[in-house]
Amino acid sequence: MNKSVYASPDQVSETKRHILTVLVDNEPGVLARVIGMFSGRGYNIDSLNVAEVSNDENISRITIVTHGTSEVVSQIEKQLLRIVPVHSVTNLDQEGNSVEAEVALVYIYISDTNKKKVYQLCDLYRARKIENENNTTIFEIAGASERVNRFIKEINEITKVEIVRSGPVAISSIQKNEEE
Amino acid sequence: MNNEITGAEIVLKSLAEQGVEVVFGYPGGAVLPIYDTLFKQNSIKHVLVRQEGGAIHAAEGYARSTGKTGVVLVTSGPGATNVVTGLTDAMMDSVPIVCITGQVPQHLIGSDAFQECDTTGITRPCTKHNYLVKDVNKLSSVFHEAFTIAQNGRPGPVLIDIPKDVQFASGTYEEKNKIIIPSHRLFEPSPDFEKNKIEEAVELISKAKKPIFYIGGGCINSGPKASTLVREFINMVGSPVTMTLMGLGVVGSSDKNSLGMLGMHGMYEANMAMHECDVMINIGARFDDRVTGRLDAFSPNSKKIHIDIDESNINKTINVDVPIIGDVKQVVETMISVWKDRKYKIDTDSLKLWWDKINKWKEVDCLNYNNEGKQIKPQYAVQRLYELTKNTKTFITTEVGQHQMWAAQFYKFEEPNRWLTSGGLGTMGYGFPAAIGAQVGHPDALVVDIAGDASILMNIQEMSTAVQYRLPVKIFILNNEYMGMVRQWQELLHGGRYSESYTDSLPDFVKLAESYKAVGLRAKTTDELDDVITQMIDTKNTVIADIWVTKEENCFPMIQSGSAHNEMMLSKDQKQDKKSAEKGKILV
Repeated sequence: MNKSVYASPDQVSETKRHILTVLVDNEPGVLARVIGMFSGRGYNIDSLNVAEVSNDENISRITIVTHGTSEVVSQIEKQLLRIVPVHSVTNLDQEGNSVEAEVALVYIYISDTNKKKVYQLCDLYRARKIENENNTTIFEIAGASERVNRFIKEINEITKVEIVRSGPVAISSIQKNEEE
Repeated sequence: MNNEITGAEIVLKSLAEQGVEVVFGYPGGAVLPIYDTLFKQNSIKHVLVRQEGGAIHAAEGYARSTGKTGVVLVTSGPGATNVVTGLTDAMMDSVPIVCITGQVPQHLIGSDAFQECDTTGITRPCTKHNYLVKDVNKLSSVFHEAFTIAQNGRPGPVLIDIPKDVQFASGTYEEKNKIIIPSHRLFEPSPDFEKNKIEEAVELISKAKKPIFYIGGGCINSGPKASTLVREFINMVGSPVTMTLMGLGVVGSSDKNSLGMLGMHGMYEANMAMHECDVMINIGARFDDRVTGRLDAFSPNSKKIHIDIDESNINKTINVDVPIIGDVKQVVETMISVWKDRKYKIDTDSLKLWWDKINKWKEVDCLNYNNEGKQIKPQYAVQRLYELTKNTKTFITTEVGQHQMWAAQFYKFEEPNRWLTSGGLGTMGYGFPAAIGAQVGHPDALVVDIAGDASILMNIQEMSTAVQYRLPVKIFILNNEYMGMVRQWQELLHGGRYSESYTDSLPDFVKLAESYKAVGLRAKTTDELDDVITQMIDTKNTVIADIWVTKEENCFPMIQSGSAHNEMMLSKDQKQDKKSAEKGKILV
């Protein structure tokens, strides 16, 4: 019972996955500020995605997948807002309704024996074959992380693959005012 | 028509427009164009320190004693890395600083050039914001934004890194009022911000039976008016009030409601009152671990109100019932008007019972120490210093350790901005350069650095600065030849094994002062103490007063790490629970 200040607090709520979307000024060092806040304060980044989203206003959107208790995630949101170039932080899990997707590119080693199975599976998951100069079999699959996970698991059972994943991006599906 | 001026001139012009009077700095290759421009003007004074670390602490001392922004100018590479401690210190204690660093010319960036370092990379986590300015035409807008960010909301340090070619390049200057800073980059509370929360809080206070105000450094950062309002509100409620190390002076020590400092070495009555209160009103404090002690036993039966300008402080370590985000001055002003409008009055009978209980705790006389013999007790030295300086306008700075805690316990502060100490980071070597900065800001005031023999050596080179600028700073060393706080912890928690905490080969501080053409004084016994202090005050020169104090005195009362507010140790003789001592050992 004699608990110290530095002992980890009682787990009052369960650890959950959260998707945070952070709008930032597109200026040098801004990504380092965001990432540094996570590493410096001991928070987790499961995946991170950044791209400019508006041409005129020079704003980028960073999508971060993290996990933690609701206390930790709320602290993460507040710490992010302290960063000067950060416009807003939205926790998409709190918004309730959001759509997420990610892209994976899969290099598949195909032989005569597994060819049929591979194409069937790709068809099932609507993975699209990407034509390329070297005529190798590279598939692209997009969708929720869960779906991509399942696809990768199943294709792995058939043959050797190499995978690159973008990590999820997400957007709120709630109807918005025009100005947003 | 050509209005173009050089980048270096833009730097100086921006500083002048921002009302900067003094810059603390040290020249070097990558800032030579700025120093050249500095040479050609008279409006901004430059204080040459002897190591860049001294410059930033001096700027902190200047900022905290005057309420203005401290400005630092140093070169690239080692110049920049030497200010990292000070930047972190200013970040932790929310001190507004603008730090200008030179950088190698842009075409050399990334080539491991001489005196190159990734300054913005290194300082990113220890500044509120930082810039690498690559375009001379953006220089003035960066400066004006930097000053605003340093002062806005929760203040903090901002760093501007300027490559040498940008200092030479020609560009246009834009005036302060032409710069529009987007609102998301600042903290801007609306006037009726949090009104509902404030009403809820005031109602809660009006129903309290055992209230306590817990005041922090945020009240000082909010300006002198905030302290006046806080005092007014506390008087209206009639509630006891305790202050953190950073909040000392917000409510005067002699105020009838004041219980003094709380926390690890705070007053017994303050900690007990925090433990037993039913409504806690935290104004501008952040539930620091030195204050809370064991978190799960922190003030278990109270409703907590927390006023803070930084939302991330809310529910960071302690969950509160009524959070209010805003500037202390505005929030407390609103609280007062709500209290008056609704004609609230606290239940006087319960309040009297509460004060009776507190007065019982006061009888413990927790600061009591054995003052027998000819040897000077460190507590006694601070008490005498207070008695002999209380009628003078005095600023006290400290280093870090036992002397810092004795200064906080025994020196009585009646006003804000008079007490400058490194609270969050705990930087040994802070006090002397901070005293230099405070003296620069207040040339006619008495500025005393209460120091330890170990801490003072960390920035002793600034003696040269103090003497050069005729700054009559007084260094009051409580000399016990130990790193006293380390020794105390080793005694209490590490079986008295004094590993590397004895300072052998200390300099003769009197001769050391004399070698800088300052004045050195020494007191070895209680008989000599008053004379030395009086002489120190009367000397119109930099003084080192070397006060030989008893070597193995411990700083009490004390909440050991891992203990709760109601488990204070009042003296060494008090038996401590062995188990909790073992647990406390792993903490800092």
